[in-house]
Amino acid sequence: MKNSRLIVLCCAMILSSTGLCFAAQSPAATKIDSGDTAWVLMSAALVMLMTPGLAFFYGGLVRRKNYLSILMQCFIVLAALSIQWVLFGYSLSFAPGKSWIGGLQWVGLKGVGLSPYTPYSATIPHQAFMIFQAMFAVITPALIIGAFAERMKFSAFLIFTLLWATFVYDPVAHWIWGIGGWLREMGAMDFAGGAVVHINAGIAALVAAVMIGKRKCFDKHSVPPHSLPFSVLGAGLLWFGWFGFNAGSALGANGLAVNAFVVTHTAGAAAALTWALIDWKFNGAPTMLGTISGAIAGLATITPAAGYVGVISAIFIGVVASILCFAAVSFLKHKFRYDDSLDAFGIHGIGGIWGTLATGLFASKAINPAGANGLLFGNPRQLLIQLMAVAATAGYALIATYILYKIVDWAVGIRVNEDDEAIGLDLTQHNEHAYTILD
Amino acid sequence: MKLITAIIKPHHLEQVKEELYKAQVNLITVSEVLGHGRQKGVTEVYRGFKETGNLLRKIRIEIAVNDSFVERTIKAIVKGAKTGKTGDGKIFVVDLQECVRIRTEERGSEAIG
Repeated sequence: MKNSRLIVLCCAMILSSTGLCFAAQSPAATKIDSGDTAWVLMSAALVMLMTPGLAFFYGGLVRRKNYLSILMQCFIVLAALSIQWVLFGYSLSFAPGKSWIGGLQWVGLKGVGLSPYTPYSATIPHQAFMIFQAMFAVITPALIIGAFAERMKFSAFLIFTLLWATFVYDPVAHWIWGIGGWLREMGAMDFAGGAVVHINAGIAALVAAVMIGKRKCFDKHSVPPHSLPFSVLGAGLLWFGWFGFNAGSALGANGLAVNAFVVTHTAGAAAALTWALIDWKFNGAPTMLGTISGAIAGLATITPAAGYVGVISAIFIGVVASILCFAAVSFLKHKFRYDDSLDAFGIHGIGGIWGTLATGLFASKAINPAGANGLLFGNPRQLLIQLMAVAATAGYALIATYILYKIVDWAVGIRVNEDDEAIGLDLTQHNEHAYTILD
Repeated sequence: MKLITAIIKPHHLEQVKEELYKAQVNLITVSEVLGHGRQKGVTEVYRGFKETGNLLRKIRIEIAVNDSFVERTIKAIVKGAKTGKTGDGKIFVVDLQECVRIRTEERGSEAIG
């Protein structure tokens, strides 16, 4: 029964994804800058490393019977979505098309060549931009893993992730970053993915956590991280990779990249420090888990603002990020009793929303003349535009994720059975153990 | 006095603990062990190479009780760990010669509870 549903689903996907391929556009020939190209390629590699980094960050937080399942989910996203991206994901996101979705003329990277495509970046080969963006498309769905950790069937995960990337990430990326995207036209500012990446994944995480239900043990006892040092390693790799994520989004080795680099680092540091202090005050001791959670919250929050704000704004953005995210994971989650297991919504969702709004407050043309001023620099309209971007992204992610979840649940069943959940996903989904006992 | 040793599946530990608390058996030592009974281990795949006959992860529970507590302890463990399938585990009961509470140097039945 489930198999026949799967076949129906596959056929539907193939049918919907075979579209027309238009003739390749020939971009205007401009001069490639070797420094810019080197930096963007390096940044793409840095962002790539964030997905394995996230795997360790999340993996350390689960029980050891589910450790490999997290690593595997992250790693398979890296593989599967990279293929999706070059086949049609990039085209759906970035090819000139409608205001709500990209065209199909770049399917299979047709026409995406080694000369610059000026509307995105005049100084680097088009393919460099494409592969840099590929890494964003990979890590965004991977962020959602934190919500349904320790209880999702691997087959369902794979199908859900591919559908989500195609029907949620790709359109939203187009709205904000693609040529002709309606939020981009409206003037929404999202430097490196506060809305596209963090709000999008964070809201999807909330929907998934509520729909898949709590882990069996959630009401009985807390689930201690099986290896915090792994999470610290992961957080370190994420922080490192974030320089590619944000400073790389300048798409050149220039002053803007340096600004993004500096404010990213500053916001991450401010938020890590803040969370540690909050922990100290409310929980009696500064915790390692709190400190890395703060760092990630700060880094996620500065993401949309990195190319538009200065360093003092970044400190404020980071401090508030930790306060808000701490409140979300410590109070909101427990009040409403949803099992967002690794706080994908609490950190990325909340952080992304605050960051995108903060961009509308603190953005300054003195930092980036190509941007706009925010409320505090005399342009209240920008805050409204940012609010619109938040609402549109969150609303669409909410509805679309709900529908996709229902479809995958109907096709293959999302959740593992109770026994498999108790035994652990490593053994039941992958036939492997993360650790041996005797040798 | 008896020493009850039970070998159970790891994921049954929570349920067994719950049943033991319900039966007012509150003193327990738990360790992680390897072993297999009749089911001879699971099959694991390492890079496509199938391995069978591995030792399986099990949980060993040790509880020292006075004679009047033996039956209810056994029942609680069975209730928490029984699925009816191979691999549920075993319970061993042996006579316990002596028990000393280190803090007070009490001995015997006094020291157990």
